[in-house]
Amino acid sequence: MSASQWRRAMNSGASSAVRPLPAASARAPGQAATGSAAEPPAPPRLEALRRAVSLRHVVVLAGLLVFPFVATPFITFQVASQSLVLGLIALSLTFLAGYGGMVSLAQMTVAGIAGYAVAVLGHSSAAEISLGWPWWAALPAALFVCVVCATLIGWLSVRTEGIYTIMITLAIGVAFYYLVLQNYSVFNGFQGLREVYPPKVLGIAWRDPMPFYFLTLACALAGYFLVKWVVRAPFGIAMQGIRDNPRRMNALGYHVVGHRVAAYALAGLIAAVGGILFVWYNGLITPGSVGTSWLINILVIAVLGGMKHPLGAFLGAIVFVLLQTFAIDLIDRERFNLVIGGVFLAIVLFSPDGLLGLWEKLRLRLGPGRAQPHHPRRQK
Amino acid sequence: MKQSKRVWMRSALGAAAMVALSGAAWAQQGQPVKIGLLATLEGPFAAGGADGMRGAELAVKQRGGVVAGRPIQIIKASSDAKPDVAVNATRKLVEQDKVDIMVGPLSGGEGIAVKDYAKTQPNITFINGSSGAQAATLVNPAPNFFRFNTEGAQWMQGLGKAALDKGYKRVMVIAEDYAFPYSQVQGFMAEYCKLGGKVPEKAWVPLGGKDYSSVIAKIPKNVDALLVVLGGADAVNFLNQYESAGGDKPILGGSITVSQDVLNYRGKRRDSLVGTLSAGPVADSYDGAEWKAFVADYQKTYPVSAGGFPSPSLFAYVYYQNMKAALDGLAAVNGDLSGNQVKYREALSKMVLKTPTGDVRLDANRQAIGSTFVTEVVKDAQGNLFNKVHRKVDNVDQLLGMKKEEFQMGSRDVPACP
Repeated sequence: MSASQWRRAMNSGASSAVRPLPAASARAPGQAATGSAAEPPAPPRLEALRRAVSLRHVVVLAGLLVFPFVATPFITFQVASQSLVLGLIALSLTFLAGYGGMVSLAQMTVAGIAGYAVAVLGHSSAAEISLGWPWWAALPAALFVCVVCATLIGWLSVRTEGIYTIMITLAIGVAFYYLVLQNYSVFNGFQGLREVYPPKVLGIAWRDPMPFYFLTLACALAGYFLVKWVVRAPFGIAMQGIRDNPRRMNALGYHVVGHRVAAYALAGLIAAVGGILFVWYNGLITPGSVGTSWLINILVIAVLGGMKHPLGAFLGAIVFVLLQTFAIDLIDRERFNLVIGGVFLAIVLFSPDGLLGLWEKLRLRLGPGRAQPHHPRRQK
Repeated sequence: MKQSKRVWMRSALGAAAMVALSGAAWAQQGQPVKIGLLATLEGPFAAGGADGMRGAELAVKQRGGVVAGRPIQIIKASSDAKPDVAVNATRKLVEQDKVDIMVGPLSGGEGIAVKDYAKTQPNITFINGSSGAQAATLVNPAPNFFRFNTEGAQWMQGLGKAALDKGYKRVMVIAEDYAFPYSQVQGFMAEYCKLGGKVPEKAWVPLGGKDYSSVIAKIPKNVDALLVVLGGADAVNFLNQYESAGGDKPILGGSITVSQDVLNYRGKRRDSLVGTLSAGPVADSYDGAEWKAFVADYQKTYPVSAGGFPSPSLFAYVYYQNMKAALDGLAAVNGDLSGNQVKYREALSKMVLKTPTGDVRLDANRQAIGSTFVTEVVKDAQGNLFNKVHRKVDNVDQLLGMKKEEFQMGSRDVPACP
């Protein structure tokens, strides 16, 4: 939603003077995490790494690595791994919406396409449908199919803006839902495809809680750093320029549609990895996994966490999964959805930027000295 | 909702106790037995799921909440009829809440997914809720998954014969396009085709479809009746459209087709519903003494004012049956769940379960062999329609009396007798 606001603000030339140039603003997302002061341009690679890694990065990483040894298998698998998987899918939306200004509801559809592709190309309970390719052929093929589909979806929807993007991606998502619901020859209809498990590679059962956790953690970290890297690369900077003022970027000679489609393709790749992990997590895929409720759940996760930084997607996913799992213990059995809705409402009401915004506010209030480099990056 | 509050309090206390005790070995006698109870409290079957929980709680209440000196503690979870959600909820009950016995889930796809999950938890005993997919116990059965209710195909036994007795020699099938109706159609056709009936045409329609005009146009002139396996609103929609298209063929119903909302149907064809045959695991008007006692107990415990149904639904009854099996089995081993519940599972496998509709035994796949009712719609003195028991068929097994080699699971094309 705010994407269209930014654009409107930008297109009325007055406010554009106040705004930093795209190139300058592009550095902000990285800084929001590290909190470091302005960096000198292009330091040597190792030096950059040393500067980028601070104590709390090490602490967080160590915590993530030690976590499965401390937590129960249930918490490791159902809470932590599921959060990482959903966070990865939501990350693709954060990238599109937060840095590209395109709110796509079809990210779960893209993930679902990857999931169905793995089930159809690889192994599942429906022997007459699944082609039984080995994993090293099925996985790349599934990723490829999914990226192609994501590109097509992007190509269909980039010419629209704001609410219209949401509408067209919602329409694509719902169309895909009905396709898989009613097609029996490829998608096995209402029942979907079951017994889709990760392959046994290196003698490790990858669906056991701990291996699966590290698998999802590796993918999630890869996705996280990919997004962090891309948004500071020339392509990402151009993306943010397009988000803020497509007309000006066009005048500067950037191919606006091309950049946007490429962003969809990249987001599609991230969602595809998430989608494959999600199928493995559930062990099955049914039309319900790509239904409207999941399309919206991904949006909820992204908004809940905050779209200013890739970290938001994962924070949102953790809160979402915790609520889904434990809300029923908090309140009478028929009312637990009220808790879930109430928490979402409260977060969005008190912090339009989600959990990240809440964190920012707390820091502003508690540590005025440290808040200095955190001037609001975007206008509301 | 005093009951549920107390149950909740107990679960909270139990969870606290579990945290305090974790690690320490505990003496079994006198310790509560934790039973996880999963039903759909969200989504399309929310009303049925809530009634299923009532049925299960009724079974616990009839034992005063104690079996062999061990108090029964129920921990509930909810799904929305999606298999992934059901597995997540089950996993939480088993791995986080550490239940000893699991009862659930409600719908077919969920049942298969929970059965797959049961294989990863061989030390916990899983008992079905009301899910009725054939595959749950027929294909790759889990050794610790028990189903004390009959399933979709078994529920249709006897209907084929009843239809032929009425003189319906050719029948067209109109059914929703997923596992449960496949089973239902198979249950009907297995018997009907064997006795010489013909099914020249099958129409599989999407679940929740609104427009049946193309199906109605396809109905051949030379069929004697229609077998309609549609649920809830779909059935009413179909009847309305069939009536406005001038249809006049008699109808045979699936187990969830001729429900109260169909009987309350007010169209012109209302009278033509009289004589409609259907079959299922329960019949409201069955006059067995135990069934009447069960219905009275349900009505007393859950009066309509407190959210209960006027009479127990299929879900309430089937959940009751499975929960009763869980508790009877527990009583048979005197509350002893030690040794990874091996003795308990043995007792369950051998048990003859006394239910309000007759005895239920298990086959080698731990699937129930039980009774089915063929019912017929009749009009009472006040002009209300209701389902009267036409015939009770006992000892219906999952292979429908066929040999294992010749039995094939129901699908769109199996069985066929055009």
